[in-house]
Parts: sequence; C-alpha cells; structure tokens
Amino acid sequence: MKITLKVWRQKNRDSKGAFKTYQVDHASPDMSFLEMIDVLNTDLIKKGEESIAFDHDCREGICGMCSMYINGHPHGPLQTTTCQLHMRSFKDGETITVEPWRAKAFPVVKDLVVDRSAFDRIQQAGGYVSVNTGGVPDANEIPIPKIVADEAFDAAACIGCGACVAACKNASAMLFVGAKVSQLALLPQGKPERKQRAERMVAQMDAEGFGSCTNTGACEAECPKGISVTNIARLNREYLGAMLTSYQVEVGGGE
Amino acid sequence: MIFLNDQGVTFTHWGHFMGTNPIIRTLEIGLIIGFLAHIVQGLLLWRANHAARPVKYGVAKKPAGTWYSRSMGLLGTLLLLFLILHTVHFWIPNRANQFIHGEELPLYQMMFEIFSNPWIVLIYVVGCISLFWHLLHGFASAFQSLGLNHQKYNGIISFVGIAFSVIVPLIFSLMPIAIYFEWIN
Amino acid sequence: MTLDSKIPEGPLSEKWTKHKFNLKLVNPANKRKYEVIVVGTGLAGASAAASLAELGYNVKAFCFQDSPRRAHSIAAQGGINAAKNYQNDGDSVHRLFYDTIKGGDYRAREGNVYRLAQVSVSIIDQCVAQGVPFAREYGGLLANRSFGGAQVSRTFYARGQTGQQLLLGAYSALNRQIANGKVKMYNRTEMLDVVVSDGKARGIITRDLITGKIEAHSAHAVLLCTGGYGNVYYLSTNAMGSNVTAAWRAHKKGAFFSNPCFTQIHPTCIPVTGDHQSKLTLMSESLRNDGRIWVPKTARPGFKGTDAVNLPENERDYFLERKYPSFGNLVPRDVASRNAKQVCDEGRGVGATGLAVFLDFTDAIKRDGKKTIEAKYGNLFDMYKQITGENPYEVPMMIFPAVHYTMGGLWVDYNLSTNVPGLYALGEANFSDHGANRLGASALMQGLADGYFVIPYTLGDYLATIGWADKLSTDHPSFKQALESVNGTINKLLSIKGNKTVDEYHRELGLIMWEYCGMSRNEPGLKIAKKKIQELKVNFWSNVNVLGSNNELNQELEKAGRVSDLIELGELMVDDALSRGESCGGHFREESQTPEGEAMRNDNEFAYVSAWEFKGDGQAEELHKELLIFENVKLTQRSYK
Repeated sequence: MKITLKVWRQKNRDSKGAFKTYQVDHASPDMSFLEMIDVLNTDLIKKGEESIAFDHDCREGICGMCSMYINGHPHGPLQTTTCQLHMRSFKDGETITVEPWRAKAFPVVKDLVVDRSAFDRIQQAGGYVSVNTGGVPDANEIPIPKIVADEAFDAAACIGCGACVAACKNASAMLFVGAKVSQLALLPQGKPERKQRAERMVAQMDAEGFGSCTNTGACEAECPKGISVTNIARLNREYLGAMLTSYQVEVGGGE
Repeated sequence: MIFLNDQGVTFTHWGHFMGTNPIIRTLEIGLIIGFLAHIVQGLLLWRANHAARPVKYGVAKKPAGTWYSRSMGLLGTLLLLFLILHTVHFWIPNRANQFIHGEELPLYQMMFEIFSNPWIVLIYVVGCISLFWHLLHGFASAFQSLGLNHQKYNGIISFVGIAFSVIVPLIFSLMPIAIYFEWIN
Repeated sequence: MTLDSKIPEGPLSEKWTKHKFNLKLVNPANKRKYEVIVVGTGLAGASAAASLAELGYNVKAFCFQDSPRRAHSIAAQGGINAAKNYQNDGDSVHRLFYDTIKGGDYRAREGNVYRLAQVSVSIIDQCVAQGVPFAREYGGLLANRSFGGAQVSRTFYARGQTGQQLLLGAYSALNRQIANGKVKMYNRTEMLDVVVSDGKARGIITRDLITGKIEAHSAHAVLLCTGGYGNVYYLSTNAMGSNVTAAWRAHKKGAFFSNPCFTQIHPTCIPVTGDHQSKLTLMSESLRNDGRIWVPKTARPGFKGTDAVNLPENERDYFLERKYPSFGNLVPRDVASRNAKQVCDEGRGVGATGLAVFLDFTDAIKRDGKKTIEAKYGNLFDMYKQITGENPYEVPMMIFPAVHYTMGGLWVDYNLSTNVPGLYALGEANFSDHGANRLGASALMQGLADGYFVIPYTLGDYLATIGWADKLSTDHPSFKQALESVNGTINKLLSIKGNKTVDEYHRELGLIMWEYCGMSRNEPGLKIAKKKIQELKVNFWSNVNVLGSNNELNQELEKAGRVSDLIELGELMVDDALSRGESCGGHFREESQTPEGEAMRNDNEFAYVSAWEFKGDGQAEELHKELLIFENVKLTQRSYK
C-alpha cells in the first residue's frame, strides 16, 4: 500500500506547529497504524530527520497511552484504540491526516504527544475509596448484586485515553469523570464518600479547563471501550444531589 | 382555537383571558426572565466551550452524534430572531396599547393581515422548524443534565420528548399556514 | 560469599507470623522522617507506594509513562489466584503453596511461596474494599474459575481485564496518598542509576523525559518495582516501554541478578505477520479448553486457514493429542509451546511465514453450537478478527508461542531486599516466587502480595535499624559521581551518530535470543549467541544513530539506553542458560531430556538459585549459588502423558 501522511509536527510546548507531508510506500494491510508510523520513523532517521514523537505503550488496546486524531476521529475510523487500528481499514493511495488531541487541558508536548496529567489530578481529587491497606472486611462480606457489579465494571473499563475529550466539540471530560464517579457510586464501597467525591472531581475538572457537556453523545460514539453516556447522567445526578444535600460537620473537641 | 373557524370568537375570548389574567401576567414575566437567563447561559456556555479548545483540528470530519445536538447555538439564534419578529408583530403592540389606552388590539384581525405576507409565513415556519430541532435535543438533554435518567423510563422520556417537539412546533406553524392558504376565514 | 535468604526458622505455616513479630517497628512519630523511593507504578509499585505512605513514610514514586495507571500490569487478562476456598472444592493455603512450588518445577523457596499463598487471601479483601469490580454470582458473592489447568477454582477475575481493574485499584490508593501529600509522583521520569555509598542504596538518578533534566533523589531506601525483561526478545507480549534498565543498572551497582534464563513462553499468541511487527498479542489460554491444535502431516509451505477447511482428517496431525493422550491440548504452557516450535522446525508450520499452528474450533462449534462458543470466547474471537482480519468462526485460528513473562530478576531475600542493603525489588522485577515457571494468574498475586502485605513490614525493620539520620544529601560525592556517569552515557549515545537505528539493534538482539535462548537451548547454540551478542554490543556502541538532543522529549534516546541494557542482559541470560545444564520449567536444555523428548530436571546438581555478580564492564560475571532446601514437598518429575 502507498499512503500519504499529513502529520502534525511541533517541537515543544511553546513552539508553533504545522502539518508536514510524508510518503509511506510500503505499508502492509496487516500493519497496525502505529507500526506504519514505526516504519516511517525508521525512514526518517535514516534520512537524518528526527522521528515523529507519539505516545504508545502496551499496543494491545488497554493501557490508554496511544492518542492520535486520525482523519477527524480520535483513534481513527474504527471504535478502537490507535494501536488496534490496522492499515486494512484504509485504501491504497489514501491521504491520512494525523493530529494530536486538541484541548486546552491537554497541551501538546511534542508532535503527537499531549499532556494528560489533568486526568490524574481529577482522579486524585476523589477517585478512590478511602481505605488503608489491611483491616478490611472479608471480600464476601460485601455482597453486590451481579447486575450492579456488571454495570460498575462497564464504567470501570475506562482506559483514560482521553478520546472522549478529543471527540467532544466542547472538549468536555464528563464521560471520563462520569465513569469513575459512576463506578464508585454504584458500589456499596463507594457510598460513604459519594457526595464529596462528585463535588471534588467536578471542581477539579472545571479547574483544569475542560468544556461543559452539551449532550451531543460524540464521546460515547468514539470511546474505544464503549463507555455509556448513562454515566454522565449518573454523574449529573450525583453532583446535583451532593450540591443540594452535602454538609460539612464542624468537628468539636476543643483546642 | 383559530381552527374552530368561528370568526375568532373563542380565540378573542381566550386571548383576552391570557392578556388580562394576573396569574398569566405574572407567569409571563417569569417566562421572559427564563428566556433571558437561558440565552445568557447559553452564550456563556458557548464561550467557555470554545475556550476549552483554543487550537482547532485541521480535519473537521463530521463527528459522531446528531448535527442538531451540536447546533444549539445556531438553532437558538434562528429561534430568537423568530421570537423577536413575533413579539414585534403581536405582543409588543398589544401590551403597549393596553398600557397606553387600556384596550387590547384586535389580534385575530391582525393575524390575517400579517400572515397574508408569504415571507413572514415562511419565517414563522422556519422558526417553528428550528424550534422542533431545538426541542428534539433539548427535551431529552434536560433530563440527562439533571441526571433524571433510568433504564426503565428512558424510553418514555425519549417518546414524550419527540412527541412534544413534533406537536408544539407543528401546531404553531399551522396557524400562519392555515391563514395564508385561507383554510380559515 | 554466602547468600543468606533469611528464611525464618520454624514450621512452614508459622514462619511469616513469627518473622513479622521479630521485625523491628518504626515509631509512628518517626515515620515521617523517612523517605522512600519507589520506581515503577505497576501492581507492586503502586501498592507499595500507597501502603507505605498510609503508614506515614514520605514516598517519591516514579514512572516513565505519562500516568501511573498505564504500567503494564494493566494488560494482564486472566485473573488472580487466592486460596480463599470460596468454592468448597478443597483449596487451601497449603494447596496453593504446593501447586506453585510444583508448577515452578521446584526452583523456588518454600518459605517465600508459602507466605505468598498465605497473603493471597488478604489481597482479595483489600481489592474488594477499594471497589475493584470482580465478577460475581447472582447471589452477590464473588465468582471464581479454574485457570491454567488448576484442579480447583481459585481464580478471581474481572472479565478479561483483571490486571486493569487491580491496577486501577492500586492507582486509586496511590492517588489518595498523592492528594494527601504523602506521595510525590514523578510521571514521565525514568530511573537511570542507583546511588550506592558505604554499601547501602542511597537514592537514584533520574531523567525527566520531557525536559531531559537529569536529577538526583536521595532517600533511606529504594524499591525497584520495574517489571520484567521479556523485551530482550524484541517481540513479546510486553509493552513497548517495558525494559530492564532500572534492574540492570542496580545490578551493575552490586545487586545480584538471579535465574535470568527463566523465561515463560506463552503458547497462544497471534503469530507474526512480517518484519514490521512490533509486538505480540496474547490470547487467553482458556481457548485451549475447546480449540484443537494441529498442523498438516506433511510440509505444505504457505498453507492458509482457508485451505485448512478442505484438508481431510487423515492428513492432519493433532500433535498434542497424539503425544499426550491424557492432557491433550491442555498440557502446560512450556510443553505446548515447545511442541509447536518443533512441528514448525520440521517445516510443517502454517501461514505465510510457516511460524504458526492451527487452533481449530470447528469440532467445538459442531458439538456445542456457535452460540455457546460465542458466549465463551466471543471477545477473544473479535480481537483475533480485528488484528488478523480473519473470522475464526469460519477458518481455524493461527497461533504461535511468544515470550510472556520472566521469572528471573534481582536476587532478593525473604524481606525482598537485594544483597545491597536499602535496595529492594518487588513484583516481576525480583526472581523470587515462581521458580522456573509461573502458574497462570499468579503474577498479579505476587505483585500485590509484595506491595501491600510484605514490604510494609520488612522495610520498617531496615529503616528502624539504620535510623532516620542515615541519609545522604544529594551533594554527596556518590551522587555527583552517579550524575556524571549518567550524563556521560547519554552524551556518548548522542555522539555516535552511526548508521543503524536503535530498533534495528533491538530486533537483531531479539532474533539472536529467540533463536538460541528461546524455547529450547543447547550448548553450541548458546555459545554462538554469546559471541553474536558481544559483537552486537560492540557494533551498537560504534554505529547506533540517535538523533536530537538530551534537552527535549527524545524517544530514540530513551530507547537507546534501554536497548543497550537489554543487550548486556541478553549476554547474562545466555551465561545463565549455559551454566544450567538441566531442563526445568521454561528452561529446556536439549542435552537434558528423557528418551521420549521430555524435559529432565537434575535436582542433584541444579537445585539452586543462580545469583550473578557484576564484576565490571567486559569482565565475566561471577555465579553464586543459593541452594534450595525442600523440607515440606517431595520433588517429583512432571508427566503429562
């Protein structure tokens, strides 16, 4: 296969980037998209040109590190991660445009690499159950209906790649936040902290500069793990409920 | 009520009720404030959401989701233009007259005059179509945003949403159409 | 020198309890005076960092990925073992211990493995409390399955994404401590050296992968939780970034490396399609429960799945069923892998490369119906179709073995301490619990056991012993020296400007390792490999091409450093394979087999853990032996006939 690639090249966070056009003459339909970039990078190095920087790690669709915006879709035309996209999804002679995720909260670090640490900070704001190691009850002392456990799992399957933000016209992170809030709101383990979790995670999300959800559903349609927008509704419910009813207890005890 | 085709007797009766009843008048103020709030909030949202992606994509393929859910700003603007025109035609002159002379205008007759102009009819119809798309997204979206979402009721919400967004604009737009084509006289 | 494993005295079942009591404790008020460095944030690293921070220590955690959540533990599919006996099917701590020792072909310590089985029970409790959504029965209690040929159902799972869910659990605990200010997290930061002074580990040298800044970090102890080295084969199921750099540079600073030749080759991976291949994808070995493995009886180059459908039964060789009538397609991983390689070596392999065998579901679909097979393996079939473009419901799948896990690693004692005081190794990075072969669903168990339930006790003993004043400033000459050496290596890599890319060297190394130190090994082959690796190393340092500078995100530079370490490790693996003249577990020496061609262990000569000591660049490493003593199990030869 012959492919023409238009790739975003940007030296670093502060410099201005631009598209650059490359030819890949010997792509195989069995190559993954990232392997095709590997081949191109080897060619570039041989020519004395710096290789294209891109994030990738497990290459089996689970680590969430790969993040290319291909021909107007996060992770390309299929509902999968970039590493699981193969060249047989493209036509011989096609021109493919590759860009980094675009969002204020995901600044470009270099070429196709963006900084997604905003996601980590949102998780740090409350995406956990406050239990220390040890001293927990026996696993079977917390029975959870199968249907609830399954739904919590569906939400927990999020790989944190950021495709939802990349796809959303508002660069909103509601699907990502909704997935974690949902998982822990559904499970009894998450109940004690559910109000402050929803409030804190939403506050952090806003502080990071993500846009707001206008319910277009693009995130769900592009999510490689098929996370449902039901989780956004649940996040809204948790958040509104928390805003209306949460309270801070003044802890007495004297000076 | 105009479809009763009784030379406007019923219409004028209820028009008078709507124009003078204190409860309705209070609600009207609420409606105006609500509208303004909705517009201001929509504009703020639009601005914030644009700021969330300062550098746009090079390739803007049709993203997933429906076009009208992404076009609330456009549809809302069309709707607003229609509303301005509509209030200029009826509501403002009528309320002004009530305020100055203490009398209502003959709205029924005015309708016939205004809707004899095909351009105005067209604008009203376009306005109602915008309203249809706006509601089609807005109704279900409101439930989603309030988190009023349950597998058991999602079907009903969606059905009522579609029915509401079809019926209301349809009846609205039938008024100028019916008058223009002289189905009513 | 003698290696002291510090296994406590006393009956097996009381060793850990007694040991915990004998360990010194750090006064709660003093814990905040200690600093601990954790390198790597997979299951072992994240759980250790979180647990130590909860106790009150100040932790600095490092990962090279853009987020701690992306560590390769996330890719584990099958499940996690625990001796809960929820199924009432005869499981117990002792049975899990016995299965693990036996599965490891009697090359692991009894004391370590027994402790692993003991704490396995607490791991499940801990993960459930964190909100890990394990699979459940309709009654709301946890579900289990039997995994990897185990006789009991002791594997807990979260669909095919158990590793992901466990890691996200540990990640959430880590996040909580980051928010508390007890853990300082360094993302996209790679460890490039350990600082050792007065015989103790004092800190590390790191490189910020975005800015290139080289920095020194001082601490009272350093924990390496940096995973395995399967990428020495270039193609493996490991992530692209998985590397041995942290462990290897620790080795060069004095930490012994144990059993490096013990690698696990997984039989059911998607075959290689061409030179462009960058990694291999594993498919759950549960597929072997219903799929039948075969190749044509005679060599047929280029034979495809579409041809297979029309090949009559009498021209097919179901080689596993033929050779192992009682276990058939369910023989252990190493046996299945070796036999697949053998038929391919005979020229009977299938597919474009001839390096694949069929895994055929035709009979299973006939017997149980497509629906049943879809319910069991639907997601795996979809994954296969996505990668290969072939529909496994219609044509047989093609599979080939791939490197999956490395049992070897840094030598550690019962406290998980390397022979360098203050330097610890956890999870896959150490050699400890799996012997010569790891059982399915035991890697997750070991990573979390080390991080949640072992290190919080054993590290306290060391810290209490040295006292909080025993920490060096980063101005100390030992840090300066390490900084200089790291800078020197980087500058050297950037200055060579040769003709070959890093990937080309990596691929060459992989081919050598796979050919001579892969599924079966022999002395002449290993000697060839050693020579080839030495040549490759010389060539690398004179002809590698690394463009760009240090002061930026430079992925070629990152890879170059890692590949240079993998080359050196490769040579040590070959040395280790040469010195171990027996077949055991994942290590098959052709010189040591039964008349029927099965692996033959030699307990009289080789019942030891090898521990290699680095003696300087270009010098032969010295082999130390820790003899293994078995007081509770009887050593038997495996048989699957």
